[in-house]
Amino acid sequence: MQAPGKDRQVWIYNHMVRIREFEERVKRTFVDHPGVIRGHAHLADGAEASIVGALATRREDDLVVPTYRCHGYPLVLGTSPRGVMAEIYQRRDGICKGFGGSMHLADPAHHFPGASGIVGQSIAHAAGAAYAAQVKKTGQVVYSFFGDGSSKQGAFYETLNLAAVWKLPVVFILENNFYQAYTHISLEDANFAAGDPLSQKAKAFSIPGVTVDGTDPLKVYEAVGTAVERARAGQGPSLIESQFYRLSPHGNAITVPPVPTQFQEHEAIEVYGRKAEFQAAKANDPIPKFRAALIQQGALSDASAKKIEDAAQAEIEDAVQFALASPLPAPEDALKYVWA
Amino acid sequence: MAREMMFGEAIATAIMEEMQRDSDVVFYGQNMAMTERDPYVKKFGHDRVRLTPISETAELGIAVGAAMMGLRPIVELYMAEFMLVAFDEVVNEAPRLRYMSGGQVKVPCVFKAGFGFAAGWAGQHSNCIYHMIMGIPGLKVAIPSTSADAKGLMKSAIRDNNPVVYLHHYMLSLDKGEVPDGDHLVPFGVADVKRAGTDVTIVATAWMVKKSLAAAELLAKDGISVEVVDPRTLAPLDTKTIIESVKKTGRLVLVDQAPRHASAAIIIAGEVAEHAFPYLKAPVKLVTALDTSVPYSETMERYVLPDEDKIAQAVKSVMAAKTAKA
Repeated sequence: MQAPGKDRQVWIYNHMVRIREFEERVKRTFVDHPGVIRGHAHLADGAEASIVGALATRREDDLVVPTYRCHGYPLVLGTSPRGVMAEIYQRRDGICKGFGGSMHLADPAHHFPGASGIVGQSIAHAAGAAYAAQVKKTGQVVYSFFGDGSSKQGAFYETLNLAAVWKLPVVFILENNFYQAYTHISLEDANFAAGDPLSQKAKAFSIPGVTVDGTDPLKVYEAVGTAVERARAGQGPSLIESQFYRLSPHGNAITVPPVPTQFQEHEAIEVYGRKAEFQAAKANDPIPKFRAALIQQGALSDASAKKIEDAAQAEIEDAVQFALASPLPAPEDALKYVWA
Repeated sequence: MAREMMFGEAIATAIMEEMQRDSDVVFYGQNMAMTERDPYVKKFGHDRVRLTPISETAELGIAVGAAMMGLRPIVELYMAEFMLVAFDEVVNEAPRLRYMSGGQVKVPCVFKAGFGFAAGWAGQHSNCIYHMIMGIPGLKVAIPSTSADAKGLMKSAIRDNNPVVYLHHYMLSLDKGEVPDGDHLVPFGVADVKRAGTDVTIVATAWMVKKSLAAAELLAKDGISVEVVDPRTLAPLDTKTIIESVKKTGRLVLVDQAPRHASAAIIIAGEVAEHAFPYLKAPVKLVTALDTSVPYSETMERYVLPDEDKIAQAVKSVMAAKTAKA
C-alpha cells in the first residue's frame, strides 16, 4: 500500500483535529450544561490517528461499523457535527432524532449503518454488512472497529471464524487502548498476559494479523490499506491491532439522577495510580505528533495548521450552538419507529 | 436495632456477610477486584474474588459448573441486559440441570444484575427483562425495592440451593432505608405490604414501588386509601398475599416499568382474574411502559414510562369504574 500524498495527509490531520475538538466539546458540556447529555458517553480522544488513518483508505462507498465509542467516525464520513452533537444533546435535529444518543449513532446515508451499545455485538453486524456486499457484488469493504474489551466476547471469535470461512470483505480493526472500561488489559487478556500482541488472535482463524502503532496515522493507513486491498480482492478478512492510549476515562461517571455526572481522571490514575503511564501517553498525543511531522516535511506550515485548528473550533462551536438551540423531541414522538 | 443504609450498600453488606459466613461463596465479574484495595479482595483474597473480561457466556457458564461442584458463585453482571449475551446459561442451563439429572445435581448461584436505568441510557441499557425469566421452572427471581429487602433477599439468594437472578434497580441505588442488624433474611415467595389501605390495591416492584407509594400519598389527600403490595420475588410469586389484598379492596392497579405484554403485571393480572374475579368491583388496570424501546431523550423517556401522575390517574379510574356485576 502506497503512502498517502501530502494533500491526503493534510486531510488526515484536519479530521484528527475535528474529532479532538468535537470530543473536547462533548466533555466540556458536562461542565457547561449539566444534564444536557444523559446516560453514558464515551470519547475517542487519543484514537484520532487510528480512526482517520484507517478511514483514509476508504473507497467512498465502503461501510463503517463501530462500537458505542462512536462519535469520531461519522465526522470523517461526512455526517454533520451539528447532527451528531444534537443527538448527544437529546435534540429533535439529532441524527437519530433523540432516540439513540451518544452510544447509538447511525447515519446510513453516510455509510454508517449504526452502532450497538453492547460490547462486541457490532463485530457480527459488520460481517453481516460484508456478507450483503458479497452477495450483491457491490465491491464494498466493511471497516469493523471495536475495542480490546470486545475481543473477549463470543461474538468476536464466532464472527472472525465465519468471516474467514466465507472470505467476507471485512477488515477487523481492534483498537487496543489498554483499558477495557476500568480494567487494565494485563488483568483480562490472555495474549497480553503472555507478552504477545493481541493480533495473535488472528492465528486462530488462519487470517493475517498485524499490530500497528495507532498513534501514527500513516502506519495505520498502510496496514489497513493492505487489508482492504486483500478484502476487496476476495481474499477475506484481516485483523489489525491498532495500539493507542485513550486520553479520557472510559466514560462520564455513572450516577443516579439528580446527582450530576462528569468525566473524572483516567482510570490509569483513578484506579491504578499510574501517573507516569498517563503522562507518557499525553506526551505521545497523536495530534501534536502528526502536526510536527507534517510541518517538518513541509506539508503544512504553522499558519496553515493554525487555520485548520481554528476552522475546527468554529465548526464545532457552531455544532454546539445548533444543538443547544434545537428543540427537544415531542414526547409522543416516542411511539414512532417501533416498526418498519 | 437497625441501621440506615443506601440500597447499594445493603447489597454489598449482604455479600460481605455471606462470604464471611460460608467459604464456598465466591464473587466475580467485570471491572471489579481490579486492585488489592478492593474491599472483597482484601477480605477474601483472589481465589474467591475475581475479575473477568467482558465474557458473559464464560462468566455465567463457569458459575453453573462451579455451583455443580459445590461453590456458591455470585456473578456481578452490572446490567441485566448483559445476561442476554449469555441467555442460554440463564434460561437453558442453570435452571435445567437439576431437573434433567433427576435431582442429582444442584446449581446454587446468583446472577446479580442492575436494571431499569431510566437516566438516558436509551434502548439497550434501561430495560426490564424479568418477564423473560420469571416463568422458567427452576429459576428464582428476586427484585427488592428497599434497603432492608435488598439485603435480606441477597442473603437468601446466596443461601438458596437454586439459581437466582437478583435484580436491583439502578434508580434506587442511592436511596436510604433502615436495615435490621444481624442475620436479616427475607424469605423468597413472601410479598410485603408496603402501605396498608382499603380502597385500591397496587402491586408493583422495585422503582415502581417508590412511585406507587408517592402516588398513594397524593391520593390519600383525595380521600382514597391505597394498599401497596410488593411481591419482592417474581419467582416464586406470592399470589396469595396479592389475592388477599384484592379481596379486601376489590380494586387492582398493576404498575410495571416494562412494556405491557413484557411485564410481570400482565401475569399477575391473569392470576387475579382466575382467583379473585368475584371480588373485583372494577376491571383490573395496568400502568406499564408504552410499547416502545426506551428512547434516549428525556422528554420521550418520561412519556414512555409510568410515573406518579399516571398511577394516580389509574387509581382514580378504577375508583370510578364498575364491573358489569357491580
